[in-house]
Amino acid sequence: MLDFEVFIQQLITGLSNGMIIALIAIGYTMVYGIIELINFAHGDVFMLGAFLALTLLGALGMEAWGPSGQIFGVALMLIGSAVFCGGLNWSLDRLAYRALRKSSKLSLLVSAIGCSFVCMNLGLFWGGAPMKVFSNGNAAAAPKDFPAIIPQINLLGDGFLRITPGDLLVFAVTIPLMVGLTFMVKRTRLGRAMRAVAQDPTAASLMGIPVDRVIGATFFIGGALGGFASVIYSLYNNTIGFQMGTRAGMDAFTAAVLGGIGSLPGAVLGGLTIGCVRSMSDQYLETRWTNTIVFGILVLILIFRPNGLLGSTRREKV
Amino acid sequence: MKNSALLFSIFGACSVLLVAAQDPKVAAPASAGTLKIISSLPRTGSANAQTNTMVNGIKLAIDEVGGQIDGWKIAYEDMDDASPQRGNWDPAVEAQNANAAVKDDQCIAYIGTFNSGAAKVAIPILNRAGLAMVSPANTYPGLTKPGFGEANEPDVYRPSGTINYFRVVPTDDLQGVEAANWAKSLQAKKVFILNDRELYGKGITDVFRKQAEKIGIEVVGFEGIDSKAANYRSLATKVKATSPDLVYFGGTTQSNAGQVAKDLRSGGFQGMFMVPDGCFEQAFIEAAGAANLNDKTYITFGGLPPEKMTGKGAEFRDAYKLKFGAEPEAYASYGYEAARVFLQAIAQAKTKDRAGILAAVSATKDFNGVLGKWSFDANGDTSSRVMSGQTVQDGKFVFVKILGN
Repeated sequence: MLDFEVFIQQLITGLSNGMIIALIAIGYTMVYGIIELINFAHGDVFMLGAFLALTLLGALGMEAWGPSGQIFGVALMLIGSAVFCGGLNWSLDRLAYRALRKSSKLSLLVSAIGCSFVCMNLGLFWGGAPMKVFSNGNAAAAPKDFPAIIPQINLLGDGFLRITPGDLLVFAVTIPLMVGLTFMVKRTRLGRAMRAVAQDPTAASLMGIPVDRVIGATFFIGGALGGFASVIYSLYNNTIGFQMGTRAGMDAFTAAVLGGIGSLPGAVLGGLTIGCVRSMSDQYLETRWTNTIVFGILVLILIFRPNGLLGSTRREKV
Repeated sequence: MKNSALLFSIFGACSVLLVAAQDPKVAAPASAGTLKIISSLPRTGSANAQTNTMVNGIKLAIDEVGGQIDGWKIAYEDMDDASPQRGNWDPAVEAQNANAAVKDDQCIAYIGTFNSGAAKVAIPILNRAGLAMVSPANTYPGLTKPGFGEANEPDVYRPSGTINYFRVVPTDDLQGVEAANWAKSLQAKKVFILNDRELYGKGITDVFRKQAEKIGIEVVGFEGIDSKAANYRSLATKVKATSPDLVYFGGTTQSNAGQVAKDLRSGGFQGMFMVPDGCFEQAFIEAAGAANLNDKTYITFGGLPPEKMTGKGAEFRDAYKLKFGAEPEAYASYGYEAARVFLQAIAQAKTKDRAGILAAVSATKDFNGVLGKWSFDANGDTSSRVMSGQTVQDGKFVFVKILGN
């Protein structure tokens, strides 16, 4: 193996991890862009999506489905978790956020933190459910093994460099989603309505835009992306647990801030940056410095570019 | 926590009433009352399955003496030192447990902890109160042995100047050495060492590294991991790039050993994987996925797996299976052993109070244990040196050999 190959391999790993982070980060950034709320529950909604995927996988016995059946199974989990997480995120908005729309931003934030705890405990409860799906003696808090139904073979043969079907899946799912989302925001009626509400909700409602419904749709879309991310994350890492949302959410939130919160390309750029910085730091420095490096970079960027890499300077709120 | 405090006080009140009600009628020895053993082990998270079997071991020992000694009733309380926030042992909860034990007038014995880091918190609290503590599982040497950990260890754990902490398992300065020797006999020429940066994990890898270098194994990497990371793919690539024959991970199931094993395999590492006793529990195999461990994973343990025990150990295994209808996990025998040390001390103590029982525990000599006869040395360590090596086949631990002989 060559040093060059090691570098390429770390780049692949970093981009794969970064894509997953970016997909979650979009959920944070979309909601922030439209109502300036950091939706702390987003990471936990993502976590519940992974539990749903594992439950589907186990309940339907996907491990025994054979290769072509498993492709269908992956599609089923992706759609199932996306709809579930989208619906859950929409319900959170309807139940816990909408009533507070007119109150101070702080009460909204506190409500979001509350939702995060509720969701996390739902995950703890779910993990202890008496289902054969969970092998770990039903210890609620124990990490669950997510069966590797995607073969862990090297598509490049026996060389040092490895690309697995898991890596391909990450790219095959996230890139179309990001392209589709950009198209939707830029070109469709709903997208235009979302941008209008983000700029000025009062003016938007005077123009006849149903503001609450547009915000609800934003929550749904953000949640659905989290749902897609949860399935990819689970298939890529093969372990889920009720606390995974905290860590994934923190990485994603950092990515959103790094890229410029409120900006979609910013979230993607931020996610990929964090993924690659992590990989490179693991390789060329030491693993124990990785978190320090990531947050060090965040601090530096916020000092010199307070709105993040791609953030606009038009607003200053929260 | 409120709940347990409430239960705790109700329990205390009841037993006081019980004693008060009994005293005038029953002609028990004048001094008789209740003596309480408290255990503090992780019960939240993946460690719970193993803790269950340790607690069963403790209960079995208490049942064997009929729940009483010389007219003194032996009570037992099972405390959890883990929290859902950490999914692992929590220093705040451990401190709370130790303080509760100190405040409980009936408590004369503290069994715990599972994690060496937790012991660091509990020992000084109990030491000030002169309460004896026996650990069924701590293996970090610095807790008892001078010269193996920080410069101020172990005196920093003994503010009162006396020794109140004992353990029935051999320590990592022995286990780490035997692990490295075993790696050598498995033909490992290059090793990559990882640890979870906790007291136990870092400690045992330091010993492993030292011994590996001494016996001529090349150490190609030594790193502390982030035990909360989502995956270790990048680290796996780094490991693979140094092409080691064996990767040694110092840590526990709770500090993500399963994910490390998974990612080494999915990152294309084909060599051997070795872990210490912190991963010697079924939960490790479940977390890692059996396919990632089978035939190439080696686990060291300071003791024997229950199915290999003879004498008193075999009696324990049979009694356990009869009572609980299941095989004991590795540490169940040490839970049982720790409880028996206390029960014998209670029987032999001149005064049935904390000081008397502490003196009797530290005088434990030629104890007929599950691994044969042993004594506590001047540091509070067992004189037992039995170590064993295991591998994983078909998703089960399989005994390979006794190490060090």
